[in-house]
Amino acid sequence: MSQIKIANLQKLFGGFTAVKNSNLTINDKEFFVLLGPSGCGKTTTLRMIAGLELPTSGEIYLGEEEVGMLRASERDIAFVFQLFALYPHMNVKNNLSFPLKMQGYSRSEIKTRVEEAAKLLRIDHILNSSISSLSGGDRQRVALGRALVRRPKAFLMDEPLGTLDAEFRELMCLELKKLHIDIGATTVYVTHDQLEAMSLADRIAVMDGGEILQADEPAVIYNKPATKFVASFIGSPGMNFINIDQGISNEQSTLNIDGTNFNIPKQYEISKSKKNSFGIRPENLSLTNEGGLKGSVFGVEYLGSRKIVTVKTNFGEIKVKTNISTSVKINENVQVKPSNNNIIIFDGETDRSLKSEFMN
Amino acid sequence: MDTSRSYLEPSSFSKKLAATIIIVYTVITLIPISWMVMTSFKNVNSAISYPPEVFFEPSLEGYVNLFTNRSRQSQEYLDSLPPPENWYEELVRSREMVITGPSKFLGRYSNSMIIGFGSTFASVFLGALAAYAFSRFRVPLKDDLLFFILSTRMFPPIAVAVPIFIMYRKLGLGDTHLGMIILYTVVNLSLAVWLLKGFMDEIPKEYEEAAMIDGYSRLQAFFKVVLPQAMTGIAATAIFCMIFSWNEYAFAVLLTQFNAQTAPPFIPTIIGEGGLDWPAIGAGTTLFLLPVMIFTIILRKHLLRGITFGAVRK
Repeated sequence: MSQIKIANLQKLFGGFTAVKNSNLTINDKEFFVLLGPSGCGKTTTLRMIAGLELPTSGEIYLGEEEVGMLRASERDIAFVFQLFALYPHMNVKNNLSFPLKMQGYSRSEIKTRVEEAAKLLRIDHILNSSISSLSGGDRQRVALGRALVRRPKAFLMDEPLGTLDAEFRELMCLELKKLHIDIGATTVYVTHDQLEAMSLADRIAVMDGGEILQADEPAVIYNKPATKFVASFIGSPGMNFINIDQGISNEQSTLNIDGTNFNIPKQYEISKSKKNSFGIRPENLSLTNEGGLKGSVFGVEYLGSRKIVTVKTNFGEIKVKTNISTSVKINENVQVKPSNNNIIIFDGETDRSLKSEFMN
Repeated sequence: MDTSRSYLEPSSFSKKLAATIIIVYTVITLIPISWMVMTSFKNVNSAISYPPEVFFEPSLEGYVNLFTNRSRQSQEYLDSLPPPENWYEELVRSREMVITGPSKFLGRYSNSMIIGFGSTFASVFLGALAAYAFSRFRVPLKDDLLFFILSTRMFPPIAVAVPIFIMYRKLGLGDTHLGMIILYTVVNLSLAVWLLKGFMDEIPKEYEEAAMIDGYSRLQAFFKVVLPQAMTGIAATAIFCMIFSWNEYAFAVLLTQFNAQTAPPFIPTIIGEGGLDWPAIGAGTTLFLLPVMIFTIILRKHLLRGITFGAVRK
């Protein structure tokens, strides 16, 4: 197992920049998730680490070795494909032993390793079955097994749970996490599903438009997003933004919106733009009768343990996560007010969050 | 209304109609073939008798004549010979002839085998490599190249017979096995590339990527993972190529005489006494039919799935 490092990695497809100047260090034994909407470059990044695409420029280090221009077969990594790519003309056992045959292991060694992996993944009873007779979950396990038998330097997974139905996905999510704890392998996992990312990852890198916007632990990504995109992409629903037509000065700790003064965390950075955004998550807002932003109730979603109330204001729709006991009617006039100081100001020019007492 | 069956299923009437049409069609197509087989088991007289004989006493004379050269002898000479050693000598002597040696048929037949299977293998092998490259790589001018390859079939191959004849003479390829294999491969290759490209496109590239990650080179991945999955397409392509090379007549007449002559130009030249030896020709064509038939039956399982061109994938 080893650390993976990418430095100034770039990939162009014709005139299209798929991955922009990316830098990332994935620690040894870490479960690292690349998260982003489709077309954001996460899969391309993963395929470059695997050696299935060659970078246009930049370096990739596996451990100490620079592997950017090596063939996939020379890198000693394992890849789990979204559609599993199990060889349909071989049975489960042959699929598992296929990577070992190439490396010239003895028959008995191959047998032991295949049985070991099969036992770990609880597929030892289907070793002689054909691939087409397997369920989605079992195919997933076989694909993991094929990655596992070789004991590679790292596991790369490209949305491996994407094709499973919801029930199986949850189960496999748990199994993946447990497997990672058991074997402690460096894993890079690509997904567009934030829940999957949150529940699996030691650290997450959020990508958009070929750029890595933020790489950090799930809680940091959620609570202290580095950019407006991260803030809106993570969380369900995402962060609320209120456009403010004023600059932010150093040490500023109140903000006047629509004639009302709101406390904000003490700012440590001067905004570059005069048009910034005030960002706050739905659970940090509450409904009140006075001292907030005026609006009317537009919709109420019932989520079992919480309610999401959408309030229409002069600044657009604002979503508020409230207690189940809160009762409001459609079109009722309400006011919305922050219930704590977890507020982030995003610079209108760079879309990055400004440093403050909260965003330190 | 009859609710016992789905409205999507054909009615029993249309099923019966379809079956009837298929049976009639089969019988019509089988008539010339069965007539040919029957002729091969007739003797010279019953083969040309009028009205044609449907019921006749079967004889192996056609097959004996096909494989032997004979000469007519006087009765005195035949009487002076020792008694015949086997059944076919006896049969020949009853026609007042003696066997002077084996005919050229076996040689021509094996020429057909060598050239047919040789060019089929070459077409499918080269076609599969080219199809894979067209399917997976960013080949410059890909579409133009594919169109160019197809355009080699936009005229009847025989249209270029004269230049090929001259080229082959200069190159010393005339009347050689290699020359015929090359020629048939060239003609078949465009079909093979186009057919196989369709099949290769259907195979997700993740399979060979997985194999490459597993430590195999691209070429190894091609042989171990891609080819086995393209078996359907390969079988279908091989049958089409085999049928063409096996049956090809015009170039074989033009380019081969002795060394590499195939069976198609040879069979019609089987002359018996006083005209064409129809039972021998029938025997030759019957035997000629067998290899392609066996080849097709062996690959039939793949062919049936192949004809749908991989439209449905599990």
